[in-house]
Amino acid sequence: MNINRLSKLKSFFLKVSHHVTLFIAMSIICIPGLWIVLNSFRPTVDIMAKPPVWVPRGLNLDNYRAMFGGAGEGGVPVMQYFTNSLIISCTSTIIALFVGMAGGYAFARFKFKGKNAIFVGLLLTRAVPGVALSLPLFIVMAKTGIIDTHFGLILVYVAMNVPFTIWLIDGFFRQIPPDLAEAAEIDGCTRWQAFWKVEFPVAKAGVASAGIFAFLTSWNEYALASQLTRSTFSKTMPVGLRDFTSEFTINWGGMCALAVLLIIPALILTFIVQKHLISGLTFGGVKG
Amino acid sequence: MIYKKLPQWFLLILPAIIILAAVILIPLLFSLYSSFTSYRLTRPDTLFNWIGTFNYEKAVKSGVFWAAFGRTILFLTIALNLEMLLGLGLALLVSRVTRGQRMLRTIMMFPMMFSPVLVGFQFKFIFNDNVGLVNNALQSLGLSNSAIPWLVDEKLAMFSIIFAEVWMSTSVFAILILAGLFSIPQDPQEAAKVDGCTPWQSFRHITLPFIMPFIFIAMAIRSLDVARAYDIVQVMTNGGPARRTEILWTLIGRTGYVDAKMGYANAMGYVSIFLAIFFTIYFFKKLNAARAELGMAR
Repeated sequence: MNINRLSKLKSFFLKVSHHVTLFIAMSIICIPGLWIVLNSFRPTVDIMAKPPVWVPRGLNLDNYRAMFGGAGEGGVPVMQYFTNSLIISCTSTIIALFVGMAGGYAFARFKFKGKNAIFVGLLLTRAVPGVALSLPLFIVMAKTGIIDTHFGLILVYVAMNVPFTIWLIDGFFRQIPPDLAEAAEIDGCTRWQAFWKVEFPVAKAGVASAGIFAFLTSWNEYALASQLTRSTFSKTMPVGLRDFTSEFTINWGGMCALAVLLIIPALILTFIVQKHLISGLTFGGVKG
Repeated sequence: MIYKKLPQWFLLILPAIIILAAVILIPLLFSLYSSFTSYRLTRPDTLFNWIGTFNYEKAVKSGVFWAAFGRTILFLTIALNLEMLLGLGLALLVSRVTRGQRMLRTIMMFPMMFSPVLVGFQFKFIFNDNVGLVNNALQSLGLSNSAIPWLVDEKLAMFSIIFAEVWMSTSVFAILILAGLFSIPQDPQEAAKVDGCTPWQSFRHITLPFIMPFIFIAMAIRSLDVARAYDIVQVMTNGGPARRTEILWTLIGRTGYVDAKMGYANAMGYVSIFLAIFFTIYFFKKLNAARAELGMAR
């Protein structure tokens, strides 16, 4: 009897500690983000208050209004940054997907000499640190005159995303038995038709997850963008965050508002495809 | 027609090769060349001033460089190991949950969507000595009377940066390890239970070998862009104050853009490139070995 009760007590205790640890872990994950969201609605006086104001009061949209208002105190051409980011990220993602699909298909379906070496070589280009790459790119682009343009940044992001896209898509195409396309070819499809009608629909989820990764990488990239863009006409959102810092002070409220605007698209996209995201990563890696 | 003679696979990977050559390979060759010159941004003619390995010798002899190099290695070692351990812990915690697991998984992915710059600003705000969340909380709870200089003191600043990095990247590990936990077949677990294994034994000898490939995938993915941490450090402290948190990447950026010594910066840049490539190859080798062990390799 006693042993029974002891083990019951033990399992109860384990359950409680499990939940408590989980709660603490989730709080640590959530609080920094929520802190940013909360502060984007608070007036600067409250953010700076000493002693701190814990219970939120006087929440308003002033920071957003100032941000979108443009002119005057704390005004930032945020819509311009948002459009730049959107154009650059979308275009580079689409191009990277096509290039990556062609490459991934080649690696999954064809046998050729030096395949592994080429594959590793392609992946290694992704490992080059952004800062180290930005130095020569800065000079080359300045010489060719594509610095500070959408085109220049799109080109860079395509190159950044292609290796990873190939890796993920290769993993997905390998999941599809080659017989499927062969059967279609016997039925009179060309290889091109067989690809679009048979193999692509099956691998669509993989392509989607690769696309999300490519988009998020370009949307969030900073190291290269901060050096390769100068003017409002090409600055992206992550670089725009810097506009809120001056030499000695930072406009925290305004920055938080821009931060919220930066997260929302990423958040929505990730929620839509989160299931594919996980399977994409594991397919590409484990079974590839 | 010349393209008819080329094999199909080559035509398919050609676009990838062309764009990577144009955007990454050629600039890198240029930077290799310029690392042997005394190139300064402000004086373009110095590009043709060949000085041999002087820049590399200068870096090797420089205490600042080695301090940054050591700090980078230390930073990566601590951050990656912590991320792996915390990710494993988080995955195990979440995998035990029966109700609301989907929601927990979604919350877990939250930090992955944050831009590294944003993570930097966010924690710069949170660790701010005056208006930061951490100091406010400590003072309100009466745990500390003075403002703790989180981003000024050498050790505390390093801690804050590592905290930010770990916060951002643990979810990559947690999500992949969780996927690994779900893929484990149940039979060996139950057999172990019948044979009287302790929970620790069955974790160590059954669960862990199964999720090892997943850990290495996460490591491999992370190693592809370890330098993402540059964004965080650049925003939080920019290597300062007085180089106390200087890592290789911030040192390169400052030498290149602020001091305009492009030749010297490119020489150090090459060191960081080899460091990154070493990390990547190491983890991909581990990944292949772990795959082979499970018989997943083809």
